[in-house]
Amino acid sequence: MLQGTLDLLILKTLALGPAHGHTIAYAIERRSDDVLQVEHGSLYPALHRLEDRGWITSFWGTSENNRRARYYRLTPAGRKQLTAQTTRWDELVRAINQILKPATSSE
Amino acid sequence: MAFSRFFRRSRWDDERARELEAHLEIETADNIGRGMAPKEALEAARRKLGNVTRIREDIYLINTIGIVDSVWRDLLYGARLLRLNPGFAIVAILSLALGVGANTAIFQLLDAVRLRALPVTHPEQLVEVRIPGNDNRSGAVMGRHPVLTNLLWERLRDRQQAFSGVFAWGSIGFELSAGGESREAEGLWVSGDYFRTLDVQPVVGRLLVADDDRRGCAAPPAVISYGFWQREYGGSPSAVGRAISLDGHSYDIVGVTPASFFGVEVGRSYDIAVPLCAEPYSRASRSSLDRKDAWFLAVIGRLKSDWPSEKATAHLRTLASDMFRETLPNYSPEDTREYLASTLAAFPAQTGVSNLRSDYESPLWLLLATTVLVLLIACANLANLMLARATAREREIAVRLALGASRGRIVRQLTAESLLIAAAGSAAGALLAQWLSRLLVASLATEDDRVFVALAGDWRVFSFIALLAAGTCMIFGVLPAIRATATSPGAAMKAGSRGTTDSRERFGLRRLLVVAQVALSLVLVVGALLFAGSLRNIVTTDAGFTHDAILVATVDFRRAGLSDANITLTHAQLLERLRRQPPVQDAAQVRVVPVSGNFSNRRIVIDGVERKENVNRNAVSDRYFKTMTTVMLAGRDFDARDGATAAKVAVVTESFARVFYGGQNPVGRTFQVAEAPGQPRPIYEIVGLARDSKYGDLRESFEPLMFVPAAQDDQVALTQRLVIRTADVARTTAAMTAVVRTISPSIVVTYRTMQAQVRDSLLRERLMATLSGLFGGLAAVIAIIGLYGVMSYFVVRRRNEIGIRMALGADRREVVRMVMREAAILVAAGLTVGAVAALLAARTASTLLFGVKPYDPITLATAIAGLAIVATLASYVPAWRASRLEPTVALRED
Repeated sequence: MLQGTLDLLILKTLALGPAHGHTIAYAIERRSDDVLQVEHGSLYPALHRLEDRGWITSFWGTSENNRRARYYRLTPAGRKQLTAQTTRWDELVRAINQILKPATSSE
Repeated sequence: MAFSRFFRRSRWDDERARELEAHLEIETADNIGRGMAPKEALEAARRKLGNVTRIREDIYLINTIGIVDSVWRDLLYGARLLRLNPGFAIVAILSLALGVGANTAIFQLLDAVRLRALPVTHPEQLVEVRIPGNDNRSGAVMGRHPVLTNLLWERLRDRQQAFSGVFAWGSIGFELSAGGESREAEGLWVSGDYFRTLDVQPVVGRLLVADDDRRGCAAPPAVISYGFWQREYGGSPSAVGRAISLDGHSYDIVGVTPASFFGVEVGRSYDIAVPLCAEPYSRASRSSLDRKDAWFLAVIGRLKSDWPSEKATAHLRTLASDMFRETLPNYSPEDTREYLASTLAAFPAQTGVSNLRSDYESPLWLLLATTVLVLLIACANLANLMLARATAREREIAVRLALGASRGRIVRQLTAESLLIAAAGSAAGALLAQWLSRLLVASLATEDDRVFVALAGDWRVFSFIALLAAGTCMIFGVLPAIRATATSPGAAMKAGSRGTTDSRERFGLRRLLVVAQVALSLVLVVGALLFAGSLRNIVTTDAGFTHDAILVATVDFRRAGLSDANITLTHAQLLERLRRQPPVQDAAQVRVVPVSGNFSNRRIVIDGVERKENVNRNAVSDRYFKTMTTVMLAGRDFDARDGATAAKVAVVTESFARVFYGGQNPVGRTFQVAEAPGQPRPIYEIVGLARDSKYGDLRESFEPLMFVPAAQDDQVALTQRLVIRTADVARTTAAMTAVVRTISPSIVVTYRTMQAQVRDSLLRERLMATLSGLFGGLAAVIAIIGLYGVMSYFVVRRRNEIGIRMALGADRREVVRMVMREAAILVAAGLTVGAVAALLAARTASTLLFGVKPYDPITLATAIAGLAIVATLASYVPAWRASRLEPTVALRED
């Protein structure tokens, strides 16, 4: 997975609603049709970093099958960050595409 | 943010551990749901998540401020080492505390006296107005800063445009006592704008304003200092409104200045400030306000914002010529020429004015240099100790280096311990300095000279201490640590396993440190010997009079309300009765007590030609020369013939005869005293020739001096002085006080022994001799301990070699010689370097020396010989111990 994209994917996943680490990992894998594999080992440090920056907050809750789990929720700052990062990502993808597939009409 | 995380790391870690556990549980449950066996499910979940400890560590690292964390750990490690070896820690911290304390105390004093600005608003705008270059004023020169006359000041005040505020002030001692024992207060004459210009606000009441200082003021107000208010009135607000009697004249106290305000003179504090216009009120016919030749005021102004100092000087110069022309005193032609050529200029006064500064600035810098050297020597000793300890750990260090620890990391860890020592030592030193600097200030004060220095820790003092701490830590911490890690691990492991002889290279730094110690201590010992020699020279110098058993009595008639004629009469009566008191061997009246700092001089005219040399002058009664045991070489003493109306006579000294009469016996010759034009020039007949004696200062060489009879003196002083020769000071003062009381209860008498006066006049020399002696001795002791330490270490490191030599037949004397040779090389190198450094360093002290050349060969030789002898003794002990080694034992040991 590309460096830094994990943060974006976590934020995007949480935009749909609060979730715990396990759910987030599987949600990302499922929604990418299992193309993106989230290494569970790097997920938790990433969550910690995002929380530290104030983009997400956490609380202890109960999971679907009645287990204690730490849930994460997007903060307003996180929402803003998501928008900004998404825009930035789009620009990046467009720029890379321009290089990889130049417009044929120019010549 | 980062720091709150930093301090909550462990709580976070627990959270994460629980979270990861929850993750595993959920994953396991999912796996079971997918049909795995429970055990297999858990293992699959673990595999998927990876190393839990590793994840926790990753998160922990996010929370860590890397350098802080490792430094903190190093410090804890250092603290543990210190606790393990408390003896070393105590010695190290104590020696640093002493060194830092002495340095800080002297620096604090320098800071207060030299560096710190006056505690008033915008001190950088203050400038002092002075006559540049001229300190040779004729007339009455009074107070501690006699710069201008009142007539010059009034013109300056009325005409200047450079200052937003300008004021004049003069110092005066006020007598508080109504009679009997004297009680002096430090007084100030201040002009109206004094407090406004300095922007001082009252604590109680009000301060003086321009309206208080109008010529002819009748019931003048007085402002008192905070200290005086506390001392005399217990800080009671009711002090304001009370009357206070100064020299027998009443003033109304109107206000108190804040505790931080001590005036504009650094080194003194004032008690009472009264308006300048009250001067005639206090001194009546002796008033100086309209005297054109009465120098007693100093002037300070606050520059307007658009007036740089140079512009102000230019402005003052244009004002000066008119001012000096209009106020020309009735001077002799030579003085007139000088006076009219005078001008005025503005000098920076941000740090106030100070006599203490001019007297003590260079001694203090010199002492600071001395204490820095002592600290350096002490640091070198600590560095040697640290090196020894690092050597003991060299295998450990080698192993760690071999295992891939970075050198910087190990240096940091080794330094942590010294950093703790440096910090603790400096903190203790800073505390010690508070006490030492007060002691130092107290030792600067004399009976006459009440020294007040506002000692406060400001940023300069704190940065100085921090600098010392960092510097010392560098020397005895970082340097040895770098040295200890500078070996290749392989070599260290090999060398550590079985030492035979020690490589010179590894031992080099320790030798270098000892050489430096010996060199620096030689510099300090030479300095100490120079100052001690200088003091001895002054004390034993021939003053021309004896100071043993002489009592000086000051008789203050200011409150007695007597006419001049009556003062003379009363004083003569007092002297007569005093001479009849049993403990009094002899007594005489004197105008200027020798070595008191007072002086009076005249130009004389011989055969109608005015001579350019100033001649010191004293007015004495009969028996003065007897009392002071000054030998009369020819002619006679003054006696009853030389009354006020009789022909004028004089006794002159050898130098007088040498300068003006080519060394011939001048008795019977005549000369005139140059008076102002139009005044008669009285003719003096020389009736006696006395031996030379010192006048203003013991340090000066003999200069021409003339004595005239006190009865023929040109004016009657309100305070008269007596010199009394007596073996029993206590009985004499009691007898005299009793005599004075029967004459008038309102006469105030002060006593002082001549010895005390001489001692006080040599305060600076005594201080330098004592302190440099103390530091020089300390330096030598520390250096010798260092040498001893290194030689002992040398012997220990070479036990095997010595053992082999002895086993092969070397006798004990040869072993002693070997060790002593080693020591001699170190000491010789140190002394050589030190001798050169001492010669260079002594030059800076040359102005403070009396009768000793800074490059005095005997002093240098004495210091070198002394240190060499002590060093030999110190290295003989380890050498002897080496020769006692049992070869078999030495070889069997590791």
